[in-house]
Amino acid sequence: MAIFVDENTKVVYQGLTGKTGSYYGGLNKEYGTQVVAGTHPRKAGTDVDGVPIYANVADAVAATGATASCIFIPAPGVKDAVMEAAEGGVEFIVAITEGVPAHDEAWFYNKLKRDFPNVRLLGPNCPGIISPGKANIGITAGHIAKAGGPVGIVSRSGTLTYQALYELKQKDIGVTTCVGIGGDPVPGTNFIDCLEAFENDPETKAIMMIGEIGGSAEEEAAEYIKANVSKPVTSYVAGVTAPPGKKMGHAGAIVSGGKGTAAAKREALEDAGVKVGRNPTEAGELMAEIVAAL
Amino acid sequence: MDLFEYQGKQFFAQYGMPISDGEVAFSVDEALAAAERLGPPVMVKSQVLTGGRGKLGGIKFAADMDAVKEHATNILGLDIKGHIVERLWIEKASDIAEEYYMSFTLDRSAKKHLGMLSAAGGMDIETVAAETPEKISKIWVDPVDGLTDELAAEWVNGANLNPDAVEGAIDIAKKLYHAYTDGDCDLVEINPLILTPDGRVHVLDSKVTLDGNSEFRHEDYAQYDETQTRDEREEAAHAKGLQYVGLEGSVGVIANGAGLAMSTLDVVNQVGGRPANFLDIGGGANADVMSGALEVINNDPSVKSIFINIFGGITRGEEVANGIIEALKRVKIDAPIIIRLDGTNAEEGREILKPHLNDMLQMEDTMLDAAKVAVELAK
Repeated sequence: MAIFVDENTKVVYQGLTGKTGSYYGGLNKEYGTQVVAGTHPRKAGTDVDGVPIYANVADAVAATGATASCIFIPAPGVKDAVMEAAEGGVEFIVAITEGVPAHDEAWFYNKLKRDFPNVRLLGPNCPGIISPGKANIGITAGHIAKAGGPVGIVSRSGTLTYQALYELKQKDIGVTTCVGIGGDPVPGTNFIDCLEAFENDPETKAIMMIGEIGGSAEEEAAEYIKANVSKPVTSYVAGVTAPPGKKMGHAGAIVSGGKGTAAAKREALEDAGVKVGRNPTEAGELMAEIVAAL
Repeated sequence: MDLFEYQGKQFFAQYGMPISDGEVAFSVDEALAAAERLGPPVMVKSQVLTGGRGKLGGIKFAADMDAVKEHATNILGLDIKGHIVERLWIEKASDIAEEYYMSFTLDRSAKKHLGMLSAAGGMDIETVAAETPEKISKIWVDPVDGLTDELAAEWVNGANLNPDAVEGAIDIAKKLYHAYTDGDCDLVEINPLILTPDGRVHVLDSKVTLDGNSEFRHEDYAQYDETQTRDEREEAAHAKGLQYVGLEGSVGVIANGAGLAMSTLDVVNQVGGRPANFLDIGGGANADVMSGALEVINNDPSVKSIFINIFGGITRGEEVANGIIEALKRVKIDAPIIIRLDGTNAEEGREILKPHLNDMLQMEDTMLDAAKVAVELAK
């Protein structure tokens, strides 16, 4: 099994007609994802490499039965695109776009919770989600992941997500689902959502969690793990040596004072029984030990 | 993006909040001219993008023109936590009866806007927050609803302000929230928000951080960008659109993706080195981006070795390798480079690099080994 997406997930791409959207949409389709539709307000009736374009998500859902959407719309349009997807009837929305204003994110997070409680948003500013061998939605290179489990991955950082997948593949360890939740201040899906889903997924036997400095998401995840997760967890938190007060590229990765530091996060995770590596390779090795002992 | 105090105040004034009359001054003469027009007593306030300037002598009361001259002379050029004072804000002095604290910021855990208000404002608000958090009245505002009149009143009434201040504070709370959302701010803070002896509530300081992601819908952001203080290296990187943060060490770092770049700093530190910078070149690694990144690093005299750490995802190893080789043709590099190339088609990429390897261009298979070599070469 996989979490959130699998071979039955039918995806409509918002922004499929654009350069980035058509490129990654094409790669996702090649991977085997059910890429059923694209949207563009003025290009309905056309197609992108055989994928039909509809005027909006609602039309695409009505015509194709799409269950998920993937957003490649530029940042200024993401707020509307997210709401269009929710109103259009999909249950899972992946927003890849980076650079979305924090106030927009806070707004549509709360709007979805209130009006569309059954819709799950992943992102914005995330690499997407891959259930290896079943579906790849977003910008992850599909072939760096080995299918079949037993490990579930959740990560706040794009390149470190790939690094984690790759470390495991090198060790011939498969992955059920790898979720990139993104590094923005208000991610639609957080660590805890993924930990809960992995805990409930019988095929996932162990969980790898890649964190980052800034905020308190890792500390909250640690508390959740302590109380609710029975499966073994390994982790790595990037930014152990980042200087306080500096912004390191991701909107989320800012350290202020002692709060949100990698050291504080590491401590909280270890206290919850998580094995924490000092670098991604070490986290992979720790996971290999766990998998060998399963 | 942080604003200077005076920029923040002018920003607040656009939303109808009461600020003191004042002027910016870049020299003692300009400070005197400003004070002359305003009429002493005035405050002479350093404008730096860091906190705690009052305790470090960066804010002075001047009763007369002689005092303006003395304080302006002393404060201009003052080093406040590494920020050299280049500009002053000369402002009409206010009589203060009480000092409060008011702010809005995004609470990432609650995913709502958090308003904080305290009757114990002023310089020691951080101590208040740490030791007597109950003295801070908090509200969480759902962005969809905004700050309603009822919520604003409830919040202010819960803060135990002087009864004379309540009405004025509610008014400012609503205006501050409006400025916060309309301006796409990460943070708006007034400390102190004062009650004057004659019963007015007044903004005496400002701290504003804008969300750079919102620049597309705010034409006024450009003027603030011009006044950002960056070190020379950061300025050069910013001009090339690179995500760069200057650090103190000697190992130059180039990586793709913020997470991997941070991870690279960690590994360099783990093997006993000190990174000179954080530099994220983003998803791609073509010759243009790579040569821009190398130029920025190369111009940093403290860099003794350069660690290029690339993980190919969608970007294939061959493209990365060709990008590096092309970049090296364009930029003459003074420090030895160590490359770690992994991920998609890494083998093919390494094959491309092999004929070019020498003392100045080395390659290692793993991040850890590459870091060791980079640190050794930087010694």
